[in-house]
Amino acid sequence: MPPDFIAAWLNKNDIFTAMTIMEYWDGMVTTVQLVFLCLIIGLAFAVPLAILRTVKNPFVSGPVWLYTYLFRGTPLLIQLYIIYYGVAQIPGIQETFWWEIFREPFYPALLAFTLNTCAYTTEIIRGAIISTPHGEIEAAKAYGMNWFMRMRRIVLPSAARRAVQAYSNEVIFMLHSSAIASVVTIVDLTGAARNIYSRFYAPFDAFIFVALCYMVLTFILVFAFRKLENHLLRHQRPVGS
Amino acid sequence: MFDLKGYGPELLNGAVVTIELAFLSLALALVLGLIGAVAKLSGSRVAVGLATTYTTLIRGVPDLVMMLLFYYGGQVGVNMLSDYIWETYEVDFFFQFNPFISGVITIGLIFGAYMTETFRGAFLAVETGQIEAARAYGFSTWHTFRRVMVPQMLRHALPGIGNNWQVLLKTTALVSIIGLTDMVRVAEEAAKAERMPFHFFIPVAFVYLALTAGSELFIKWLDKRANVGVIQET
Repeated sequence: MPPDFIAAWLNKNDIFTAMTIMEYWDGMVTTVQLVFLCLIIGLAFAVPLAILRTVKNPFVSGPVWLYTYLFRGTPLLIQLYIIYYGVAQIPGIQETFWWEIFREPFYPALLAFTLNTCAYTTEIIRGAIISTPHGEIEAAKAYGMNWFMRMRRIVLPSAARRAVQAYSNEVIFMLHSSAIASVVTIVDLTGAARNIYSRFYAPFDAFIFVALCYMVLTFILVFAFRKLENHLLRHQRPVGS
Repeated sequence: MFDLKGYGPELLNGAVVTIELAFLSLALALVLGLIGAVAKLSGSRVAVGLATTYTTLIRGVPDLVMMLLFYYGGQVGVNMLSDYIWETYEVDFFFQFNPFISGVITIGLIFGAYMTETFRGAFLAVETGQIEAARAYGFSTWHTFRRVMVPQMLRHALPGIGNNWQVLLKTTALVSIIGLTDMVRVAEEAAKAERMPFHFFIPVAFVYLALTAGSELFIKWLDKRANVGVIQET
């Protein structure tokens, strides 16, 4: 049970009733789900793509370059529209089970966000991989490690350390970009705020509250990444601190 | 093919709106960024506090939410103001808050915060010897700022400005959501009416791609020019 003063305040208030708070809460859950899923899937695909992107053969790295170039050079909103309006146009899709999945706006949005964040993450990881000090690779070769073991034991762990800062920016960027999911009728945090705005015609209450929600989420992420960074870079900390 | 079912001219107008929006927002962002950076480096506790609050607030809130707040909230604010003026002075004053203005204000404010960080870093990269030399020549603070710090800072700020510009360009697409008839909006309406999403969105995507690719080349050229007097290790 909430304390009495909160209940009293909620009763006096027209806009922040228990019902609208629940709407915001549901929106928050949708936002977090959407962002979390697209980041996880995007990261999982970005690691192999980044490795392919560093391969010398242009027939291997070229397509990956084209993919990241296209998705980084166009607005996410356009990508979302193309996928959201586009899937319904694929001939014959309405008879398959895919239609059951893609009829919900959540999945086209998830696909668009995943493709977008994967492109950015690929470039971040690639940057970290190519800046591996040459000596580390030579040392690994001298120890007789083959390519796979070198990647797994030397290159990727050290690249992860160099990528984490840029990746934390990408995560926050994605959280903020996810607000456009509300455009394709998904009721995420922004969608909830837009519904409540149009019901009460109260822009300040609706949008300032939701801005605070995003801010809290952002600061949680910033804090978590700072912890992670400290953990990953603990060997570089000056002695005695 | 290039007629785009009669939507071609409208899309072209939309593209012009997008470019206007992007340049005006960039101008606002550069001004705000310069003010913010000077405030952050001023050492005055109030100025540093204000600038830090500004950049922290902006980085915590999504661009779309801020845009909705300024667009809908701005109109309500203007309405309240005009009611107040009518009641107290009996003067009829009204002005319609349009999506273009809210777009420029929001994008300018957001990227002003990013530019603040860019300019701050660039100012710090100017060698202190340069500033000391200016002092020794009897330059006033303003003179040092305008003649020594700003010209030398720009070289360091250029890559950051370039990155921010690329992101800004793509952010302008969001203004279509609050009803500005830029090319995204035109494409969306056309795609819905004709039921041909690929036909309209893909050309628009390529316009964005051309804009970002073109600015990339331009920034590279500017960067080369700005670094003409600097020996760079390769």
